[in-house]
Amino acid sequence: MSEKVLMKGNEAIAEAAIRAGCNHYFGYPITPQTEVAAYMAKRMPKIGGTFLQAESEVSAINMVIGVASTGKRVMTSSSSPGVSLKAEGISYLAGCDLPAVVVNVQRGGPGLGGIQPSQSDYFQSTKGGGHGDYRNIVLAPASVQEMASLTFKAFDLADKYSMVSMILADGTMGQMMEPVSLDAGEVNTYEKPWALTGTNCERKHNIVNSLYLKPEALEQKNFERYERYKKIEENEVMYEEYLMDDAEICVVSFGITSRVAKNAINEARAKGVKVGMIRPITLWPFPKKPLAAAAEKCKAFISVEMSMGQMIEDIELAIRCKKPVLLCNRVGGMIPTPEEVLAKIQEANEGGAF
Amino acid sequence: MSVVFEKPKSLTNAVLHYCPGCTHGIIHRLVAEVIDELGIEGKTIGVAPVGCAVMAYDYFTCDFVQAAHGRAPAVATGVKRSDPSKIVFTYQGDGDLAAIGTAETVHSAARRENITVIFVNNAIYGMTGGQMAPTTLPGQVTQTSPYGRDVETVGYPVKVCELLSNVDGAAYVERVAVNSVKNIKNAKKAIKKAFQNQLDGKGFSLVEVVSTCPTNWGMTPEKALQWVEEKMIPYYPLGVYKDIYAEEEAK
Amino acid sequence: MSKSCKLLFAGFGGQGILFAGKFLAYKGLIEDKQVSWLPSYGPEMRGGTANCSVIISDEPIGSPIVDNPDVLIAMNLPSLEKYENAVVSGGKIFVDSTLINKKVERTDVDVYYIPATQMAYDNNIKTLANMIITGKVLKEVDGFSMDNIEAALKKVVSARKIELLGVNETAIKSGYDYAE
Repeated sequence: MSEKVLMKGNEAIAEAAIRAGCNHYFGYPITPQTEVAAYMAKRMPKIGGTFLQAESEVSAINMVIGVASTGKRVMTSSSSPGVSLKAEGISYLAGCDLPAVVVNVQRGGPGLGGIQPSQSDYFQSTKGGGHGDYRNIVLAPASVQEMASLTFKAFDLADKYSMVSMILADGTMGQMMEPVSLDAGEVNTYEKPWALTGTNCERKHNIVNSLYLKPEALEQKNFERYERYKKIEENEVMYEEYLMDDAEICVVSFGITSRVAKNAINEARAKGVKVGMIRPITLWPFPKKPLAAAAEKCKAFISVEMSMGQMIEDIELAIRCKKPVLLCNRVGGMIPTPEEVLAKIQEANEGGAF
Repeated sequence: MSVVFEKPKSLTNAVLHYCPGCTHGIIHRLVAEVIDELGIEGKTIGVAPVGCAVMAYDYFTCDFVQAAHGRAPAVATGVKRSDPSKIVFTYQGDGDLAAIGTAETVHSAARRENITVIFVNNAIYGMTGGQMAPTTLPGQVTQTSPYGRDVETVGYPVKVCELLSNVDGAAYVERVAVNSVKNIKNAKKAIKKAFQNQLDGKGFSLVEVVSTCPTNWGMTPEKALQWVEEKMIPYYPLGVYKDIYAEEEAK
Repeated sequence: MSKSCKLLFAGFGGQGILFAGKFLAYKGLIEDKQVSWLPSYGPEMRGGTANCSVIISDEPIGSPIVDNPDVLIAMNLPSLEKYENAVVSGGKIFVDSTLINKKVERTDVDVYYIPATQMAYDNNIKTLANMIITGKVLKEVDGFSMDNIEAALKKVVSARKIELLGVNETAIKSGYDYAE
């Protein structure tokens, strides 16, 4: 393994993207993800790549579409309000079946909200955000190491399935420094016969397009896309289990809150409470199977998240509401403390809430 | 038997969906002739707008990407930055370029993005059935200005060439029309120059083509051509608004 | 060092709070520890209070957020007032006594007063009060030492300012040697 360096999460994303073969980046300044753009601005000219600060998030995502349509790896990054602006482009990327990586280092919302960390774009990223029937692969890093390795993975998945992979991080993940190894291994390459490379007068023209005026054709296109999504749900689910073997209470949490929850779980274990955690690494596809399995043996679930209760709906769906699911949350840029999570674990353990 | 007139190689055999008398067909043909003459068909990538020309990708033989409404210059920026050896053009209408896509237009010009923009101005939203456009003339009746465009309440038309002539990054900006044989010939010259500029690495070149919409103007094609001459051109005077290289040569 | 040490550096923006934290984090990394560094961010970086959480541990680090520090380094009065009561019982508080007249009221913590800003002035290294107080931390906190300070400094002092390596080292030493 290569030497570990201390890096900010945002910088780790940028460096990992470059190592994944991304030579084109388009962005617009917004806290707390600006370090991604700053890093790209410094590095891209040195490797003959493109860094362009667009006039808006809308333009940035459309520049991404331009590069993606030529078959090259490309990325944009932003924070919550900026990602709302990108939603149009993300829908077009889905409709055109184009691969691209979109990074959201979340902050509190709605509206201009705040600049402190949040996870309240869960719905936006996992359920759509833009219009139409589509999915994004959504990866939720919980360490600076994962900011790098999941970015690398995001490019691979985007190319493999010709769609948007999103890194859903938060302000804490973006700003914190931890040791990171940037050695990610080989970059897989994928055939892209649809790419706009110029016909060279040797083949029929390629058209990258999301317009289908015949409803039968559009329906068929959506069916095909969802066949692909089904494969992703079968093959690409990622999650971490922590102390789940004998757990009677299952905490579900991702990103920074999963780190806080770990502290609380360790404290609860010290008090003899049998509690573990399932940490989704892919938020879509959501780890439904391990949660359903946990529902067979656990008496309660706790969703620890920095939103008013968004992921909790997916947990309830995954376990078919077989067991109670408690919500432990802070919002608006506030982060739950280990004590708050511990209190919720104790509440679940005593069964007081149900 | 010698062939004296034929379809440009760069146009497909697809039947155009445009209304009878619409001048999009002429402009498509001019662009295709230029692509043929410059021998760039194999390395050209087009960007289609949202509007009547949304399906331009079916009519040209080169690679094409269809952009969201107004975003064609941003998409073209991405395509061009990905491979600067390609010839990249957008083909946009007035709603697309001068309303919803104003920022993309101005900023791709400001960056002197080395792309070619064909801007078709027919003073109306055609695709959606004839609503007021940013270029609709004062007093002009449309579906959403049923009493005529009242500049007191909805403001004035946007004059794109005049606007871009003040943008330092824009390299070449010219307004032409396709309402007469003479004007069509001039239009082709301008379009060719806009593509040649890109080949020469000269940067952002835009040709505004004053065009017709007989269907939504509620006129015969012939009357529409007359209306261009009598109403449109006086408000949107033809000519070169910016040509930084000609300016340099003149110095 | 005990299994895990949670430090909170707090002061004004511009005092080198984040830099000092980064130095300790890198020193930990060099010594094969698990480390995390988390800054406050946003407008407070530009003039208001700035702080950063640093954890150095033998085991994988859970939350990188330090709510209840083992060690508080307070470089201005608002920071001391804000965090004094958050320090764990038996913890340590380092106070820049040039800028903070107030005494720590708690009796269940060890307190070290060091006139870091004055010392920095006296030694003509005005901007390095942060590293002087960090030197004192190295001396007084279990598990810390003067080992690897040059290697760690090399990681955090940017190449453009490499000439500042020596003064940083001097600052750390003067803090380390300071006797109350």
